[in-house]
Amino acid sequence: MPRQFTPKVVTANALLEGDVVYLAADGSWTRELSRAELLTDEADAQIRLIDAQARVDEVVGVYLADMTEGENGPEPTHFREDFRRTGPSNYRHGKQVTA
Amino acid sequence: MYRYDAFDAAFVAERNRQFRAQVERRIDGALTEDEFKPLRLMNGLYLQLHAYMLRVAIPYGTLRGNQMDKLAEIAERWDKGYGHFTTRQNIQFNWPRLRDVPDILDALAEVEMHALQTSGNTIRNVTADHFAGAAADEVADPRPVAELIRQWSTDHPEFQFLPRKFKIAVTGSPNDRAVTAAHDIGLRIVANEAGEIGYRVLVGGGLGRTPMIGKVIADFVSGDDLLPYLEAIVSVWNLLGRRDNKYKSRIKITVHEHGIDAIRDLVEARFAEVKPEFSGVDQEMLAAITAQFAPPAFAERSTELFDAAYETDPGFRAWADTNLTAHRAPGYAIAQISLKAHGATPGDATADQMRAMADIARRFGHDELRISHEQNVVLPHVHKADLPEIHKILKAQGLATANIGLVSDIIACPGMDYCALATARSIPIAQSIATRFDELKIEHEIGDLKIKISGCINACGHHHVGHIGILGLDRAGVENYQITLGGDHTEDASLGERTGPGFSADEVVPAIETVVQTYLETRRDAEETFLETYRRVGMAPFKAALYPSKDKDTSRNEARANAA
Ligand code: SF4
Repeated sequence: MPRQFTPKVVTANALLEGDVVYLAADGSWTRELSRAELLTDEADAQIRLIDAQARVDEVVGVYLADMTEGENGPEPTHFREDFRRTGPSNYRHGKQVTA
Repeated sequence: MYRYDAFDAAFVAERNRQFRAQVERRIDGALTEDEFKPLRLMNGLYLQLHAYMLRVAIPYGTLRGNQMDKLAEIAERWDKGYGHFTTRQNIQFNWPRLRDVPDILDALAEVEMHALQTSGNTIRNVTADHFAGAAADEVADPRPVAELIRQWSTDHPEFQFLPRKFKIAVTGSPNDRAVTAAHDIGLRIVANEAGEIGYRVLVGGGLGRTPMIGKVIADFVSGDDLLPYLEAIVSVWNLLGRRDNKYKSRIKITVHEHGIDAIRDLVEARFAEVKPEFSGVDQEMLAAITAQFAPPAFAERSTELFDAAYETDPGFRAWADTNLTAHRAPGYAIAQISLKAHGATPGDATADQMRAMADIARRFGHDELRISHEQNVVLPHVHKADLPEIHKILKAQGLATANIGLVSDIIACPGMDYCALATARSIPIAQSIATRFDELKIEHEIGDLKIKISGCINACGHHHVGHIGILGLDRAGVENYQITLGGDHTEDASLGERTGPGFSADEVVPAIETVVQTYLETRRDAEETFLETYRRVGMAPFKAALYPSKDKDTSRNEARANAA
């Protein structure tokens, strides 16, 4: 039986700053996970990934990260993505500052 | 201390110029990330979880005041106002922007620093005893030979594409503070029966996925044979090392697979070939380098000020008792500045703190600072009479924590708060343990106890050689921490043993408390250290205390396993 596809977002690091970024529905890169596009269809996710990987002068290390649908947009299912969304836990100077 | 000559300066400037052009070409799209990545890594620039990270080499952990000032300036101007000192005696900046990195490298070059060979499959920054040139127990200062090795290995044409990274550490004292047994090559300076200085050479040590204690490949290599001998080792491994499997590529696996005796034979044969290529220039260079490491002019002064403060100021006394080490010059001390304030991030210093330390070094410490692999800063040469004043300045900067060697003096790697390779966080665990033991007010009673934490199997936090080691793992999407006991990083190096199943992030601090309580209840007397107690009684009492309810199940399972 094929494994069921779990929802994902396209994520990467910005080329210039290194910040964690997510692909929004309009094709722009956003720093906020809540504004990322949640991809629920596997074929669609693959196409979005391939297109994003081609944007080599904007981002580095593009991949699909598992998410679930939350009240305020996508929510991480793994702690690594949770930390990427928020910034380091020892200082409030990552994304926490602007959040 | 070693000063760049014209060649060094021109070399670094040229590499910086090249990298500036490479960054420009990456930004304007002429280079892809695949093309750019090896270039940036050659210059110490990583991409981490939330940002780029620049790793700057601090050769054998030695810094002058103006170099520390420059690190402060970089932290303030291009980062978020602080830097992170690592177990490799390096500093990492966690937030540089790609465009700024060439400027940062130029700023470093102004004070004879760089980020070359802090990454990639090359011979990395050579580390050394952080008390070098000062320790009372020293046979010889390890830094001149460390500098010679740095010059030999930097841009060495044969060794730029090794099977994997390669790390060398040197100690000049019988008390090994440089963890030489956990390096690809560990050098211990020794004197032979004739009183000549030479090197005991260990090979194939390393932590990480397959931890190994280094094995002695040569008991005594004389000074003029050292570089050819090292060249022979690296060259033998360069051919034998497993390039097909990165988990088997380090020299520790090569030594393990072939056996130390076979490797020794190959190295001896190779040595006979390469030795004639060394014309003795290296020894002339070493003599010139050694002259640059001449000890400072120590003054003869009264220590009355020290004695008076020691009598009257309990805070100073506590600090002096834990943070000072015997110096070889009378009236002097080695002072350690703890970067482990309770609840703070191990190894981090703010720009202001860096400047304060630089200033102290200039005013009182012959302009010398060291970074220890234990992520603290060392003032190697201070007169005792100046210590009360130094302590006052440190206190004002939040740098006077009296905990060197105690339970809160924890090594912690960046872990999943920064590191892209991490499987769990380490920093918050270190923060919670330090805070907890500070609340309990028992760390002085506990005494010598080294806790070391890594956020993944790569073991940058040296957890295998911690008296208590903690390894953060990802168990089915949850942070889980394995505890090991009985590791030792010194000349009697040993690897810790796992206690049993790991603990969740919430459980790990109470578990450490249980281990420490068990020690306190089990030790013969206050003189018996944690490690001594562990070596005497073994794992059993700790296991019983950590996994009480499972006791029966475990013994039943063990019985079954034994019967099978
Ligand atoms: S031990 Fe792992 S998590 Fe920690 S710094 Fe090294 S690679 Fe990163």
